[in-house]
Amino acid sequence: MTLGLINANPVVHAKKERVARTEDLHGDDAVDPLEIYDFVRDIRDPEHPYSLEQLSVLSEESITVDEKLGRILITFTPTIQHCSMATVIGLCLRVKLKHYFPPHFKVDIKVSPGSHANEESVNKQLNDKERVAAALENPNLRQLVDECLYSNEL
Amino acid sequence: MDFSEEGLELKEIQRLEGHNDKVWSLAWNPTSTLLASCSGDKTVRIWQRSPSTSSWHCKAVLEETHTRTVRSCAWSPSGKLLATASFDATTAIWELIGDDFECVSTLEGHENEVKSVSWNASGSLLATCSRDKSVWIWEVQPGNEFECVSVLQGHTQDVKMVQWHPIMDVLFSCSYDNTVKIWAEDGDSDDWHCVQTLGESNNGHTSTVWALSFNPEGDKMVTCSDDLTVKIWDTDSITMQAGEGYAPWKHLCTLSGYHDRTIFSAHWSREGIIATGAADDAIRFFVESKDGLVDGPLYKLMLKKEQAHDMDINSVQWSSGENRLLASASDDGTIKIWELASIT
Repeated sequence: MTLGLINANPVVHAKKERVARTEDLHGDDAVDPLEIYDFVRDIRDPEHPYSLEQLSVLSEESITVDEKLGRILITFTPTIQHCSMATVIGLCLRVKLKHYFPPHFKVDIKVSPGSHANEESVNKQLNDKERVAAALENPNLRQLVDECLYSNEL
Repeated sequence: MDFSEEGLELKEIQRLEGHNDKVWSLAWNPTSTLLASCSGDKTVRIWQRSPSTSSWHCKAVLEETHTRTVRSCAWSPSGKLLATASFDATTAIWELIGDDFECVSTLEGHENEVKSVSWNASGSLLATCSRDKSVWIWEVQPGNEFECVSVLQGHTQDVKMVQWHPIMDVLFSCSYDNTVKIWAEDGDSDDWHCVQTLGESNNGHTSTVWALSFNPEGDKMVTCSDDLTVKIWDTDSITMQAGEGYAPWKHLCTLSGYHDRTIFSAHWSREGIIATGAADDAIRFFVESKDGLVDGPLYKLMLKKEQAHDMDINSVQWSSGENRLLASASDDGTIKIWELASIT
């Protein structure tokens, strides 16, 4: 069954307890990195029936928000250095967050420094919106992304 | 003309709504009476100004031909044909027949997404480029037939835009591989080949080059990039006009520190004003500066419009008409018509 898997034996971590976030912690409509984390932590890994959180691809520290400039940076850590699924994970994050922010917010998605053998080229591809748009029109890729986003396997 | 002393402002004339996805690209017809726009919603819209009210309205929606995003559009120099390039790997040719635009030809051959299309000055040649890394040159034949006369390989990554020189039959392409390539025909053999590559080693860009545009004389070119810079290039106009066809291009100056997100579009106006549109939602205008002639011509920021759109700006296009009209297209699904007008 595991034949062909890129990382056949990933390390699985316990899910973090979901903390009830206090509403209006900032007393305004500020974008809270932890709220974003709650929203994306359960995306399923493209290869395994585990969430990105369980595989430590994402953590609470993955998301930084610059409210003033309207910038959101998400860094994720692929389970192995040569993960060819990194671009699929990036697409999942983009699709999931597409309508989450006010339109003027700019989202950058990167692999965390040193976590991927082709870090620069993966980051370039993840942030080329024309390639992202084209990838999401590709039925096979779209299906893969949708399976990660709407999976009940977890 | 010294624009800096004039006191100009960018006035929003109208906001055009209709597309229900990103608007990727815009093209004015040669007389600037029609504006074509294309979108992630798989359609092309044709906008026209009504003479009575002076306001713009959607004259036609070109749909049910492309099956994926329409990435780019270009009018033939005669204004009779509109070419549209799509992620569905085809380029469609549309003709206004009676009151309707009809798809009269479909150009197939690219392996995947076609990203840009451009007509040469005489309308006898068409160029297309794709994620398949190739640039194709098509010859326009009678009866709306298009024959591929050359497939140009050379870029190492997807090709973002093709643009013919405004006077000569020399083709320019820019790419995700960070370079601009210049293609010309061999005098004898009718073979097209790459005559120059403008890359990092010639003071070129350090990331994806998204667009390029020429000044009206055709001896200067502007390029814009994901490296957040705008670069101006020039060539020897005397050699160019001597009929040699191609004269080498060299880097003139780099404008950096203005846009702080990817610059997707740059367009040089008839009067010499460069407009740029970027992912920072802003439009900027650059003009030649007469102050620093000691070191040759430099360019300076003349005006900027922050928050011109709610989202990324993908295309800015000057009209060729009398007024300084500029159209901009955005991820927010809208097109805006602006006038660069004197402050009143």
